[in-house]
Amino acid sequence: MTRMAEGRKEHSNPLHGLRALTSRELTKWFKNPIVFILTVSQPVIWLGLLGKGLNISGLFSVKSLPYLSLTPPATQQQFLQISAYFTSLQSHVMTSYFGVTDYFSYLACSLIIFLTLMATTYSSMSVVLDRRFGFIDKLLTTSVSKTTFVMGKIVSGALRALVQAIILLGIAFLFGITIGTNFRPYTLLGAVAIIFIFGMGMSSIFVAVSLRSTRMETQSAFINFVNIPLVFASNAFFPASLMPNWLQTIVNVNPTTYAIDAVRTFLINRGGLSKVTVDFAYVGTFALITIILSVVLAWRYLNK
Amino acid sequence: MTEDVIVVEGLTKIFNGDLIAVDHVSFSVKNGEIFGFLGPNGAGKTTTIKMLTTVLKPAEGKASIFGKDVASQNLNVKNSIGVMQQVYTADEDLTGYQNVMLIAALYGVPKDVAKKRSLELLNLVELTAFKDKEVQTYSGGMRRRLELICSLINNPKVLFLDEPTLGLDVQTRAATWNYLRVLKKEFGMTLFLTTHYMEEADSLCDRVAIIDHGKIITIGTPNDLKKGLGGDIIMLSIQNATEDLSDLIKMVPTVKGVQRQDETYRIKAENGEETAPYIMEAVRAEGYKVGRLSLSRPTLDEVYLEFTGKSLREEEGSKISAFQQRETMRRAGGESR
Repeated sequence: MTRMAEGRKEHSNPLHGLRALTSRELTKWFKNPIVFILTVSQPVIWLGLLGKGLNISGLFSVKSLPYLSLTPPATQQQFLQISAYFTSLQSHVMTSYFGVTDYFSYLACSLIIFLTLMATTYSSMSVVLDRRFGFIDKLLTTSVSKTTFVMGKIVSGALRALVQAIILLGIAFLFGITIGTNFRPYTLLGAVAIIFIFGMGMSSIFVAVSLRSTRMETQSAFINFVNIPLVFASNAFFPASLMPNWLQTIVNVNPTTYAIDAVRTFLINRGGLSKVTVDFAYVGTFALITIILSVVLAWRYLNK
Repeated sequence: MTEDVIVVEGLTKIFNGDLIAVDHVSFSVKNGEIFGFLGPNGAGKTTTIKMLTTVLKPAEGKASIFGKDVASQNLNVKNSIGVMQQVYTADEDLTGYQNVMLIAALYGVPKDVAKKRSLELLNLVELTAFKDKEVQTYSGGMRRRLELICSLINNPKVLFLDEPTLGLDVQTRAATWNYLRVLKKEFGMTLFLTTHYMEEADSLCDRVAIIDHGKIITIGTPNDLKKGLGGDIIMLSIQNATEDLSDLIKMVPTVKGVQRQDETYRIKAENGEETAPYIMEAVRAEGYKVGRLSLSRPTLDEVYLEFTGKSLREEEGSKISAFQQRETMRRAGGESR
């Protein structure tokens, strides 16, 4: 062939093909308008229904007490006193357990991470599809490495999740999230960073379990098995300090807890950013271990 | 330039500890030749191709391509070969052009080179008009052509094709063969293909190896293999004979064997055209009347039957390969252009 000489300087980079593989996934996502619109509008629904629906701080209101139980009939002044008491109770309970006075802000931060978790499950499905429809067979004959393939899946999964999380973040501000004294424009970047790292970690888990799988059913069963417990056994909906001890132990090893904690520290909490060091160290280690795990498993199992 | 491009010695693959898929296979493929592996499903063809293309590690034995060992120098090997698999591998959600560019990137071909090359290749297989259409709208033949050029994007010197025309109709199959002949003729490529279509091996291959139960049963040019069968088949029916005429027919020197079924005789003979008149004369001289006579040359079909003792044998493969084969057949039948 006359063109033989041209293609010789191939593979200067051991991760060649990573960009192509990642953009393949994202192209497929963008060009499917239904999936794209659904995944992007999902955050609005979540925040609107869940965020506004669970009005826990509203419990601490004089309205929650039956008037008639106040005997003798309350005077206007007594009523105001009780009302003031409730307001201070609310702010005391909320700040000491939830860290903020309104539950919506508390929940919005965990919904961002919950959504990240849900979005990364896609990488698991796409590995199964690639196996079923022969793409993996083709890939194994090219000079691209298995590490690159796995990293492409992980990075694209994390990027998809990140796009959704950023949209959710924007909507949370529109819906009136109460920012804390820690908040600065750059802490937004910090939140984005922890979301991405957490997304990489979760994507890796889903990629790792789907490397040998040929069934979508197995994957969706696994996803449901993992996701809901990860969210409920964390500080997502309720402060861990009020949970039984055994459950607190689980909450404390669950990386979801640390990711949510970092997002809250960056956006709605007060009292400085020092806490996020632990969060980043924990989530970062989690992501690193799961990435290494999925790469090792890919080398072992992908071509069987 | 007739040096051996592919050299295989004692290549063996064992699955799950006891299923011997490929059993000490040895052969070599010369530069610029089209070499075919012919055998039924489950004979070990795909496993052999997977070992030669570095996807599976051999359990025993050696194979090298251009002197590079497929197990220890797999990156070198991957860069010098192209592989077109039995299954469709293209991403259906992407366009034909996007698919070719993706595979180019997986080989690390620089983008500007890849662009130029993929347009040339799309043109070669007449897909230019469809290059921006999603692959899911392609017909079976178009998909095969796309798979073919995806396997050529890295300028391979050797091309491996696993069942290149599986599920295609006769015309599309013939068109695919033409593209393969062009590759051999104009680009001097060496082609290794597997097939279970006799006529494919017959019309396309310079040499054929018949493989069954993981073992090579015979290797040769299609013509040699046919000759090895011992000649042509003459079918002769005699109208008014009650007695056996086998011995009479055997007296013609070029006749190799006779089988009788009632009035019909199946005669194996060298040079059928010249032998048939002698047989007719001999029969007539004894006062018998020839009712019908037909002459057939041996096809690779018969070679195949002779060696494997049966026609196409279906064996249970792995579940995923069965699924993929069904998928391939289903998608091959997509709307034709």
